[in-house]
Amino acid sequence: MDFDLTDEQRLLKDSVDRLVADRYGFDERRHYQQEPEGFSRELWAQYAELGLLGLPFAEEHGGFGGGAVETMIVMEAFGRALVLEPYLATVILGGGFLRHGGTDAQKSELIPQIAAGELTLAFAHTERQSRFDLFDVATTAKRDGPGFVLEGDKGVVVHGDSADKLIVTARTAGGRRDRSGIGVFLVDANAAGVSRRGYPTQDGQRAAEISLASVRVGPEAVLGDAGNGLPLVERVVDEAIAALCAEAVGAMGEMHRLTIDYLKTRKQFGVPIGSFQVLQHRGADMFVALEQARSMAMFATMMAQAEDADERRKAVAAAKVQIGRSGKFIGQQAIQLHGGVGMTMEFSVGHYFKRVTMIDTLFGDADHHLAAVAEAGGLVS
Amino acid sequence: MDLRFTREENAFREEVREFFRAALPERIRQKLVQGHHTTKEELVEWTRILNRKGWAVPHWPVEWGGTGWDPVRQYIFQDELQQAPAPSPLPFGVSMVGPVIIEFGSEEQKRRFLPRIANLDDWWCQGFSEPGSGSDLASLKTSAKRDGDAYIVNGQKTWTTLGQYADWIFCLVRTDPAAKKQEGISFLLIDMKTPGITVRPIQTIDGGREVNEVFLDDVRVPATNLVGQENKGWDYAKFLLGNERVGIARVGVSKERIRRIKELASLERIGDVPLIQVPRFREKLAAVEIELKALEMTQLRVVAAERNREKGRPDPASSILKIKGSEIQQATTELLMEVVGPYSMPYQEEPEHGTNEPPIGPDWAGPVAPTYFNWRKISIYGGSNEIQKNIIAKAILGL
Repeated sequence: MDFDLTDEQRLLKDSVDRLVADRYGFDERRHYQQEPEGFSRELWAQYAELGLLGLPFAEEHGGFGGGAVETMIVMEAFGRALVLEPYLATVILGGGFLRHGGTDAQKSELIPQIAAGELTLAFAHTERQSRFDLFDVATTAKRDGPGFVLEGDKGVVVHGDSADKLIVTARTAGGRRDRSGIGVFLVDANAAGVSRRGYPTQDGQRAAEISLASVRVGPEAVLGDAGNGLPLVERVVDEAIAALCAEAVGAMGEMHRLTIDYLKTRKQFGVPIGSFQVLQHRGADMFVALEQARSMAMFATMMAQAEDADERRKAVAAAKVQIGRSGKFIGQQAIQLHGGVGMTMEFSVGHYFKRVTMIDTLFGDADHHLAAVAEAGGLVS
Repeated sequence: MDLRFTREENAFREEVREFFRAALPERIRQKLVQGHHTTKEELVEWTRILNRKGWAVPHWPVEWGGTGWDPVRQYIFQDELQQAPAPSPLPFGVSMVGPVIIEFGSEEQKRRFLPRIANLDDWWCQGFSEPGSGSDLASLKTSAKRDGDAYIVNGQKTWTTLGQYADWIFCLVRTDPAAKKQEGISFLLIDMKTPGITVRPIQTIDGGREVNEVFLDDVRVPATNLVGQENKGWDYAKFLLGNERVGIARVGVSKERIRRIKELASLERIGDVPLIQVPRFREKLAAVEIELKALEMTQLRVVAAERNREKGRPDPASSILKIKGSEIQQATTELLMEVVGPYSMPYQEEPEHGTNEPPIGPDWAGPVAPTYFNWRKISIYGGSNEIQKNIIAKAILGL
C-alpha cells in the first residue's frame, strides 16, 4: 500500500501540470475552441512531443508502457484545465481497443500514428435507443465475403466529427439486446457510406451523429472477436470511466479552489463572505465530497486493471456513482456560492460545472451504475 | 503508487484474522453480531486475551507494550478486530489517557499506570465535558486549587461514558482562573475512590445507562497526579482529541454491520421476495457501501500520509473520517430499522447481565431500534460534525 508517486510519475505530473498551466488559460481555451475541429492541433502535437499520446502503449509498439496511474495523472491535469483535445477518444478509448483487441498488425500500423499525433479515433457506439446499456446494439454487420457490411446509426460520438477513424460496434449475430453477437470494427471515417453531422456539446467539446449506410470493411477491420466483442467493449469502457473519474476530480478540485478563493475575496456587509459559518460549512462539505471522489478515482484506477471482470466492473461502477454524486454537489454549490458571476459564460466556474455534468452522463450516470452495483450484490462481501 | 496491499500486509491480515477466529470467545462475538452491549467482565476478559498475545496496545511504543507495527498494519489490525467483530479495547485508557501519559507523563506515572491500562486492571473514564462546556470545551469551570502537596478539585463533569465502572478518571481542570481560557487548564489523574466523588447515571434515549454525571466536591488529589506541567493541559487535550479522530472512521464496524444487514435482509421477505432483492432497498444499501469504500480509501490515504507526518500532529483531513464515518455508521442503523420493520417497536429493557425473558418477535430485532437511537451520539461525540467542519474550514481551507 503506497500512495506516493514514483520519480518517473512525478516527472510526468510536473510536465503535464506545467504544460496546462502555461498553455491552457481560460482565454486560450476559448481560442482553441474556435478552431475548425474544436480543439488545438498545435497542443495535440505538443502532447505527442511530450509522449502523452503514446503513454499507455507498450514500448514494442512505440509507446511508453504507462499504466492506469500515469493515465490518472494526465487526466486529472486535463480536468483542471478543461482540455478540449480528443485524448479520451483517441488514446484511452481508441487506444484501449487496439491494446486489448488489436492484432499485432493493427497495433504496429496504428499505434505509432497515434503516438505521433497523426491519427485520431472516436468510439461510435451509442444509439438512439441504447441509453447506457453497452450490449444494446441495433447496428448490424453482415458478412460479405471475407469482410462485413455495416448498417445503422450512431449518436453522440464524442469527437466523431473530426476523427480519422471510427471504432464501431455492430451486431454480427443475435437480437438487439443480446450480450453475444457484438463485433467491433475499425472504420475509415471517410469510407463510402459514412456520413457525419458534427455539433458542439454542452461542455464545449464536439460530437457527431453518424450514419453507416452499407459501409464495406475488410477482415482486417475487425478488432477482437467479431462474434463476442462485448467483454472487450466493457473492459475498454471501464478503463475510460476510470480515466474520466480522474478528469472529473481535476475539474472538481479546480471548482473547489475557485470557490474557496472567491469566499476569501468577495466582500458583502463589509466582510469577506467566507467569514460566514454557513458558507464555511458548505466549503467543508464540498471538500469532503471532493476527497471522497478522489479516493474513488484512485480505487477505479487500481481496479480498472483487475483480472476478474466482475470485480473490475463493480468497482468502476461504484467509482462512477461517487464521481457523479460528488460532481453534482460540488458543481451546483460552486455556482451557488459564486452567485451571479457563477452564472456567466465569461467566468470559468460554470464551464467546469458543465463538464462534470457531462461526465456524469458519459458511459452511464450515477443511478445507472448504482443499480449495477446493487444488482451485483454490493461491495462488502 | 501502488494501492494494493503488499503480500506481507496480506499475510499479516491473515495472521490477525486467524488469531481472532481462534481466540475470541464465540459468546462475546455473538453478542456483538446481534447488537448487544458487552459487560465489563467480558471486556476485561477479551482485553487480557489480547494483552497475553501482546496486542492490547499495538500503537504504543514498544517499551510500553506496543508492537512496532507501521500505520498500515495498525490499520489492518483495527479493521480485522472490528470485522471479527471483537470488542474494541476501552478507548479511555488505551487511546486517550495512555498516549498522553506516554507523551507527557512522568516516569513514575508511566510505570504506575501504563501496564495496568494495557491489562485493563484499571478502568479509566474521561472527565472533559461539563454541563456548560461541550463544543466550547476550553470554557470548563471545574477548579483545582493547590493546597500543599495536593489539589482540591471542585466541579462537575458530564457525559462520562462507562464511568460507573471506573477506577480512575482523567480530568481537565482550571488551575489558573485569571489566565486566558486555554492557558489556565491542567490535566489531572483522579482515583475514583477518593472521597467527594459522586457518579450519577444519565439514561439515554435508547434506554441505556452508559453515560454519567460525575460530581467532584472538595476532592483531594495528590500533586504527583498532575500530568506534565500545570496550565499546559489544553495542549495535552488537543493531542488526545487528535488521536481520537484517527480511529473514529470505524470502517470495519460499518463493514460488519453491512454484512449483518445483508444477512437479515435475506431472511425478511416482502411477499415472496427477500428484502435484499427489492431494488429500492438494495440500491440504498449499495449507496452506503460505495460511501464506505470511498471512506476506506480516504482512511488509507490518511494512514499512508501518517508515515510522513510529524508525531502528535493530527492530519486535519481526519475530520473527513469523523464526518463520513459517523454518517455511514448511522446509515447502517437506519437500514437495520428498515429490515426489522414492525418489530422495531417493542421496547424491552436489556439488563446488563442479560435476561431470561423471551424476546418479542424475531430474536435479532430487540437491539435494532435502541442502536439506531443510541448511535445518533456518533455525530456528536469526539467533536461534533459541525466542529469538524469548522476544523476543515480553518485548518485546510484557510477560511
